[in-house]
Amino acid sequence: MDLGPHGAFIIAAYVTAALVVLGLIAWVLADHAAQRRLLADLEARGVTRRSKSEAA
Amino acid sequence: MALIDLANPTRFLTLTERVLPWLAAATALAFAVGLYLVWAVAPDDYQQGATVKIMFIHVPNAWLAMGVWSVMSIASIGTLVWRHPLADVAAKSAAPLGAAFTFLALLTGSLWGRPMWGTYWVWDARLTSVLVLFLMYLGVIALWRTVDDPARAGRAAAILTLVGAINLPIIKFSVDWWNTLHQPASVLRVGGPAIHSSILTPLLVMALAFGLLFVTLHLAAMRNEILRRRVRAMWLMQAHAAQGA
Repeated sequence: MDLGPHGAFIIAAYVTAALVVLGLIAWVLADHAAQRRLLADLEARGVTRRSKSEAA
Repeated sequence: MALIDLANPTRFLTLTERVLPWLAAATALAFAVGLYLVWAVAPDDYQQGATVKIMFIHVPNAWLAMGVWSVMSIASIGTLVWRHPLADVAAKSAAPLGAAFTFLALLTGSLWGRPMWGTYWVWDARLTSVLVLFLMYLGVIALWRTVDDPARAGRAAAILTLVGAINLPIIKFSVDWWNTLHQPASVLRVGGPAIHSSILTPLLVMALAFGLLFVTLHLAAMRNEILRRRVRAMWLMQAHAAQGA
């Protein structure tokens, strides 16, 4: 595929967009794993949410 | 289930877990179709040549830059007027996504501008107002990080967001109100799009893909924020229990 004389600008735009999108996805997934880990850790120590303990 | 039931964070989490895989799949599919159209079907522009391919990323991100701030503004009204439990969660979770889309709009616009205009940047009204929007995103994110109490931070960020919403019509109409290097609207304009369907169709599919990406990531980030607040509440309960003992 011939991208013409400005191919480097086109490639740079797509590569940067891909990196930013992948970075956002990685950030959301890593944050989810971290919050789940913290919740599991607290529950393992016997700490429960008020609404959960009231329901029990 | 009534819409109001989603105001309950636990119900929202259940729904999110169910919907997210489908949204992620739809996003991936839309990107696959969009990128195929961009790279295999769409012709080069008669003036821009292949450089028009940058527009398929630039335009959707520019729309999202303003769209996400609009979502945050609606959520901010929910925070200030109804104190809706999910409103400031929605606003806070959207801010980093909006900042990323605005960054991409600025960067890809700059990479398009260098070969087409002969410069990466000019201080014209459109470019400058979008840069201001990017700085406002960073300001809102910083505000959320500065104030510990989510309720107080939510109200302060909501006020800042609503004040910042004044910038949205300025961005949209800057190309009409002032003499700018940036061209006037060619899709969302009175009289319909001024672009040929061979370019318009891939552009709209890419816009759909980026829109779905935002919805997917926003729901996922809202889920994370709800979990973060649960962790915070449990830490506080533990601290109070330790003080009482």
